[in-house]
Amino acid sequence: MKAENNKVHGVLAEFRNPKELVDAATQVKKSGYKDFDTYAPYPIHGMEKAMGLKKSPLGWIVLGGGLTGGLGALTLMIWVMTTAWPLNISGKPLFDIPIYVPITFEITVLLSSFAALFGMLFLNDLPKHYNPIFNVDRFKKASDDGFFVCVEASDDLFSEEKVTNLFRDNGATHIETVYDSE
Amino acid sequence: MSTTYQYVPKPKIVKGDHTFGSITELITKTPLSPTPKLWYLAFGCANLLLITLLGAVSYLVWEGLGIWGINNPAGWGWAIINFVWWVGIGHAGTLISAILYLFRQGWRTAINRFAEAMTIFAVMCAGLFPAIHVGRIWVIYWVFPIPNQMSAWPNFSSPLLWDVFAVSTYFTVSVIFWYVGLIPDLATLRDKAKTKISKLVYGTFALGWTGSFRDWWNYEKAYMILAGLATPLVLSVHTIVSFDFAVSLIPGWHSTIFPPYFVAGAIYSGFAMVLTLMLIARKIYGMEDIMNIDIMEKMNLVMMVTGNLVAFSYLMEGFMAWYSGYIYEQGIFWLYVVGPYAWGFWILMFCNVLTPQFLWFRSVRRNVGLTFIISIFVNIGMWFERFMIATVSLATDFMPSSWDYYSPTFWDIIIYIGTFGLFFTMFLLFLRFLPMVAISEVKGVLPQADPHNYDDETKEYIEAPNEPIVVKEQTV
Repeated sequence: MKAENNKVHGVLAEFRNPKELVDAATQVKKSGYKDFDTYAPYPIHGMEKAMGLKKSPLGWIVLGGGLTGGLGALTLMIWVMTTAWPLNISGKPLFDIPIYVPITFEITVLLSSFAALFGMLFLNDLPKHYNPIFNVDRFKKASDDGFFVCVEASDDLFSEEKVTNLFRDNGATHIETVYDSE
Repeated sequence: MSTTYQYVPKPKIVKGDHTFGSITELITKTPLSPTPKLWYLAFGCANLLLITLLGAVSYLVWEGLGIWGINNPAGWGWAIINFVWWVGIGHAGTLISAILYLFRQGWRTAINRFAEAMTIFAVMCAGLFPAIHVGRIWVIYWVFPIPNQMSAWPNFSSPLLWDVFAVSTYFTVSVIFWYVGLIPDLATLRDKAKTKISKLVYGTFALGWTGSFRDWWNYEKAYMILAGLATPLVLSVHTIVSFDFAVSLIPGWHSTIFPPYFVAGAIYSGFAMVLTLMLIARKIYGMEDIMNIDIMEKMNLVMMVTGNLVAFSYLMEGFMAWYSGYIYEQGIFWLYVVGPYAWGFWILMFCNVLTPQFLWFRSVRRNVGLTFIISIFVNIGMWFERFMIATVSLATDFMPSSWDYYSPTFWDIIIYIGTFGLFFTMFLLFLRFLPMVAISEVKGVLPQADPHNYDDETKEYIEAPNEPIVVKEQTV
């Protein structure tokens, strides 16, 4: 990748272990950066506090899915059993809430689960065809045993030099500028 | 006066001196290295059985249900027994991944991926049976509420229809849960892959996962919600399967104990199947550090508890038959114990009630060979449980003049054996191409994963002491 022709995406730093990563994230946050992220092979507990993340809104998306499923299933069954296709089978009542319970429950769970999957992908902006961070070869370690922080160029306070110094002061073992090739 | 306390350290979940890197190496080794010869041999055997299944099912569709041993009055034979048996086995996966997740049981990470895969393939085998049992499989879509040219709709008051929704929802949600768990591990495989094809395939399914904490934050929420959804779901599925029996008026079926009794039995048989498969796989794939003896012991404890719950249910069935004063219920009970199928009942008692009692001994729970034998016995016993339930009540119904003896035909047996072909074909593909242990989750339970286990100044990892700590407290 020809670095000169490409615009800067951000500065990426590698740290030795989760403890250093959490401390580095705290420092980055303290310095006032907003567009930054940390990368690790597993979710590190306590990182949300270090990065100052708000609660995930996923629960609301799932609630929407669940309500759609539950009410939809119930409406369909009531309509079918009482209006569209009323069948007298061994004298069972047509409008009878208990017999609707199993299917209402199942469809609620089904649509909630779809909402959880697709809601999570939507919030994470996945699937993503291209991500400049993969231009760094070393970043392959992030899914193995590497711990990274990246401050992105889109941040108002961003300056390549300042961020590099900040990482160096916090004991980063490797610092590299990420270029966007597109 | 002084009191002495002893703090006993918790045993490590992953044995051996593993680092993040060595965990990645251990688990990604299998999917990324060339296929071993033994795998081809096993896969070939599984394929032969699968082809047998396809042939037998084709003949069934061509010829009709008459090739099975079902008769009047025993309209449900091996097909329903096998359905309940497979779907019961399919309960362990979600139990391990969802319920144990909510209970914060770190040891589940060793087996959850493995058990979830088993669940999905077991539910596939289970779903086959009701589908072919309808006879005219080409109109199977009638079970779904799809607008059609007859403007007819399914009967929502039928437990059999509830079952359609329960099993298909369970399958779909299990696949979603499994896939969500796989995304970070597929990213690991993508980054480790050497060949172009594997990079492309793993990369596609990893969806561009980076391991960013902002992503992990939503991801963990999604995982927790899915676990919360799957927990009541897994309990509902076998409950609804038991409704297939319990909502009818047949003596021996019409019983309120069926839902909890079925769920306990499902977990029991599911854990037995996970143990059977795990004890073989850990040896072949060298996973002894992760799927270790401590985990086997914990699974044996679950098996012991659910086994005794099932035994208690058998006892209650007899008690209720006597206490209700209902002669038909009592009649069925005596038919179980000394009737024409009594041989099945005593096999069931031996496999399901007697064998798990050995698990009271710690030495048995920690013995690989004995655990393997017990797990096989439980698998067999649980099949006979369903055999007794489905057969006795139907074959000996209210009218003695219509009583008949039910026995399977060649085709019943061959289709049942064939489903093992389907199961093992899928399972071997899973073992070969996907990480059989959840890589990111195992890393998360390593002691060095927790920032609190590091020194605040030097930021070096401090290993927790392995010896018990004795603290003396003086009180005057």
